[in-house]
Amino acid sequence: MLISCPYCGPRDLSEFTYQGDGNRTRPDPASTDQQAWNAYVYDRVNTAGDHHEIWQHSGGCRAHLMVTRNTLTHKVSAVAFARDAGHRKSDRHRMSGGAA
Amino acid sequence: MSPRRTDSGGRIDRQRSIRFTFDGKPFTGYPGDTLASALLASGVSLFGRSFKYHRPRGVMTAGVDEPNALVTVLKGGVREPNIPATLLEIYDGLTVVSQNHFPSLGFDIGATNQLGGKLLGAGFYYKTFIGPVIGPLKGTRFWMFCEYFIRRAAGLGRAGNEKDTARYERINAFCDVLVVGSGPAGLMAAKTAAESGKRVVFADLEPRLGGSANWSGETIDGMPAADWAEAAVTELRQNANVRLLPRTTVWGYYDGNTLAALERVADHKPNPGKGEPRHRYWTIRAEAVVLATGAFERPLVFPGNDRPGVMLASAAERYAAEFGVLPGRKVVVFTNNDSAYATAAALKKAGAGIAAIVDVRREVSEAAHAAALSVGGEFLAGHAVVATEGGAKLSGIKVQIFDAATGALSGEPRSIEADCLIVSGGWSPVIHLASQAGINPQWDDARQAFLPPQPTQNWVGAGAFNGSFSTEEALAEGHAAACQAAGTVDGLIEALPEVETPALRSHPAPVFEIKAKGKAFVDFQHDVTADDVRLAYREGFVSVEHLKRYTTLGMATDQGKTSNVPGLAIMAEALGKPIPDVGTTRFRPPFSAVSLGSLAAERYGDLKPERLTPMHDWHIEHNATMYPVGLWFRPMIYGDPGETVEQAYVREAKATRETAGIVDVSTLGKIAVQGPDAAEFLDRVYTNVFSTLAIGKARYGLMLREDGLAMDDGTTWRLGQNDFLMTTTTANAGKVMQHLEYLLDVIWPDLKVQLTSVTDQWAGAAIGGPKAREILASCVTGTAVDNEALQFMGIVHGEIAGAPVMICRLSFSGEMAFEVYSGACHGCHVWKALMQAGKPFGLVPYGLEALGTLRIEKGHVTGAEIDGRTTGRDLHLDWMLSKKKPFIGSAMMDREGLMAEDRIKLVGVISLDNRPLNGGAHIVEENNPDEPRNSIGHITAVCYSPALGKYIGLALVKGGKSRHGSRAFVADPLRKRFGPVEIVSHHFFDPEGKRMHG
Repeated sequence: MLISCPYCGPRDLSEFTYQGDGNRTRPDPASTDQQAWNAYVYDRVNTAGDHHEIWQHSGGCRAHLMVTRNTLTHKVSAVAFARDAGHRKSDRHRMSGGAA
Repeated sequence: MSPRRTDSGGRIDRQRSIRFTFDGKPFTGYPGDTLASALLASGVSLFGRSFKYHRPRGVMTAGVDEPNALVTVLKGGVREPNIPATLLEIYDGLTVVSQNHFPSLGFDIGATNQLGGKLLGAGFYYKTFIGPVIGPLKGTRFWMFCEYFIRRAAGLGRAGNEKDTARYERINAFCDVLVVGSGPAGLMAAKTAAESGKRVVFADLEPRLGGSANWSGETIDGMPAADWAEAAVTELRQNANVRLLPRTTVWGYYDGNTLAALERVADHKPNPGKGEPRHRYWTIRAEAVVLATGAFERPLVFPGNDRPGVMLASAAERYAAEFGVLPGRKVVVFTNNDSAYATAAALKKAGAGIAAIVDVRREVSEAAHAAALSVGGEFLAGHAVVATEGGAKLSGIKVQIFDAATGALSGEPRSIEADCLIVSGGWSPVIHLASQAGINPQWDDARQAFLPPQPTQNWVGAGAFNGSFSTEEALAEGHAAACQAAGTVDGLIEALPEVETPALRSHPAPVFEIKAKGKAFVDFQHDVTADDVRLAYREGFVSVEHLKRYTTLGMATDQGKTSNVPGLAIMAEALGKPIPDVGTTRFRPPFSAVSLGSLAAERYGDLKPERLTPMHDWHIEHNATMYPVGLWFRPMIYGDPGETVEQAYVREAKATRETAGIVDVSTLGKIAVQGPDAAEFLDRVYTNVFSTLAIGKARYGLMLREDGLAMDDGTTWRLGQNDFLMTTTTANAGKVMQHLEYLLDVIWPDLKVQLTSVTDQWAGAAIGGPKAREILASCVTGTAVDNEALQFMGIVHGEIAGAPVMICRLSFSGEMAFEVYSGACHGCHVWKALMQAGKPFGLVPYGLEALGTLRIEKGHVTGAEIDGRTTGRDLHLDWMLSKKKPFIGSAMMDREGLMAEDRIKLVGVISLDNRPLNGGAHIVEENNPDEPRNSIGHITAVCYSPALGKYIGLALVKGGKSRHGSRAFVADPLRKRFGPVEIVSHHFFDPEGKRMHG
């Protein structure tokens, strides 16, 4: 699998570390809502199709990337910086259209 | 010259002999021989015993599809089992033994398993051994009784216990066109792609490139096909853009046109050259791939089809043409298609006699008929072989009249004398890589075979891989495939090479099995018969996936290369459905066996990287026994001559408590946390508060994971308003760095913080003990180190022997202690200066064992207690869990389950029988060595405590503090250690901490 890092270009999977599901929303830090925290830490969607995943380019620039990958075909359709995606959770357009 | 060897021809070099042994007996062969060809030439027909029934087995194929002739290669003490003799190139001194027999290959007691054949059918284990215990001969307990005998009796080769000393490598390659397979199609493709200027990688699993051109006996461009291939390969070898990879199996097709290949670099040599690996694992990224992997010939299923002397037709032709070995003198041909007629002609030409040609079809093509007449012998169209005769060697066959349309046999069986039966049941394209890369293959009625699926990645097929079995088609498709792969629409060459070949078509009659009495094998390697397949059907296992798992058809080391299609055909017939409706199993990597060593490559053995501290050489010079910690090496003890490990660490720990000790702590993870929001960031990741920490002070911190469990601990030093130096445990340095980076990059990108790993920039030495301060005072300049200037957890800057140092007064040992940090390149210089200064005071260096002893006595936790299952409260670190602010894990750590009363909590244990304790041993309430039960916890760390004069340990025990002062027992059945312990506080020594505050 190749991931196109916006900084480094297309790089081999072995340079990246999987850092979890990109669909999670972290509750407000001060929240004590156990259910919300439980959902954040443990609940995962099992998507058949386009799926948002966070990968760190640990063997390169160390940036965290929001990768949109199809779980059926393994095709990576978009790669964006996770920090941008995180700030605009509702703005899917930017997330999936941000490939470099 | 052996009687089986022809005088000329083939790839072998008759000028030089090679000596090797098989089952202890000496043999000779020629360079170019495989073990199979050399043994066949010497008249050996029995190569091994079968998996389940211990039937005698010979050689079936001449290549990677071999199911029968598996052998074990011995190199020194290293055993490598299950190597196909057909791929094993011989060399001087090669030592090979056969497999799965007792007491010998010729006489095997296990062969009596055949008598119990009815009992040993499909699902034998499930039916006999699984289920409740009813009666003496059923159920799980019966299995436990039988297991030893069955494990001995069934199976393939035995693995060895010796460490593999061979070296393995990994390499990455990039190319425009990867051509897999070097037969006429692949060769043509490589030639075309190379001529268009593309970077080409050209791989074939055989040592000699050329594939079928090496043995087909055809004429290409007016010369023998083998010569044409050799000329083409020579030309490619001179092209700088082409990399030839013989002996290289492309075994995996992954996403992004990434392919995995195994190059057997030195398996054919007595010893690898200097620096040469045994195997090389290639990761090849190809813009486009040409799959020219050819086709496997299929056997026919009939009783006795596994007797040594029965061989695939193509294999017999290869042995005769490529190795100059006649597989028999009196050969019978049994076929359902025309291709075996060419084989008969080739064998005849090489000097064998053709006793008969048996064809299941009543009508055959004119060309086939002509070929049959020209080779002589009986021509039995509309007949089938129904049995084979002989013991461990074929002596004859039985034939009967056969109706291909109904499968019915008629007339009296008749015997024909023969020492070799060659079989052709049609051809299956080798679509494994395409199947890995794509969707399900398509059934083709004309060829009675699965054809490759539509590409889902950028590959193009050519030749027999596409079901185009003639050489003429192969050359044309190879050329076209390369043009497509290279992106050149128009052909580059003016005319394709011309091929002279008899007009024989490989399209078979749809006959897979001859139903007659006796065991007819489908999967030779796993001893699965046609009856087993039907039994599976009768018992309801009708899906191909279930069929495969229930009968283990296609699950042996050859992954069903010869058995998949016949097995499916028999199942389809039982179901009354056409083959495409039954479907096929998806091929998965690897295509053929891959050495584990090649996958580990540089991550194992002498190529693995090592991390050494600046003081490493000093430790070695001072008798340190080094201990690997991840990639790091740390001193375990500095042993005096004659000392045991325990004596050494007790001496070191005692000296530290009495005078002073010094330990290398350079391996601790160190992260510079800098920026205007650094303090705020630390408040969020640590459970305790860091924003209130004064400049020039350090604080002990605990961090949790998001799920509320403890993750790591360490001290963080405030060097400036916006400048912190965080330390982590040695083992977790990388993990903590990644955790922090994730938080900053993904969760809190608004925080202005910069993280830098500075582990390798700083050398650290921890010096502790009653004399530690005096030693420092005697060698540090530029700063005072007295109690006023350097309070507990304070930091000062100064110099030691001219090198700038940073000193923090903190203690892991529980003594008055200091951590002295210097730039890594000054590390050894500062260390030596400290040792020099400490000499008059009796300073000793101490290693990991003494470090562990000192911390166990103090009850300090490490990774053994922060094991991913414990919380801060379990470790009595409640005082560090701030209530004033949220932090990572602050909500989740309050979950009911993590606060439960019966959680295991940190305690100390003292051995009451004065014997050492073991880490990992269970703590139980009743001493019952015969049936230990009801574990209430386990021991995490142990030592002999010189301060207490006892064997002690830390443990995680249910109830924790409430058990202090009570008695319990250790139960360690694996190491047979049982005995009483007292549960006490984990603060064994100086619980008030007077010594470090002193």
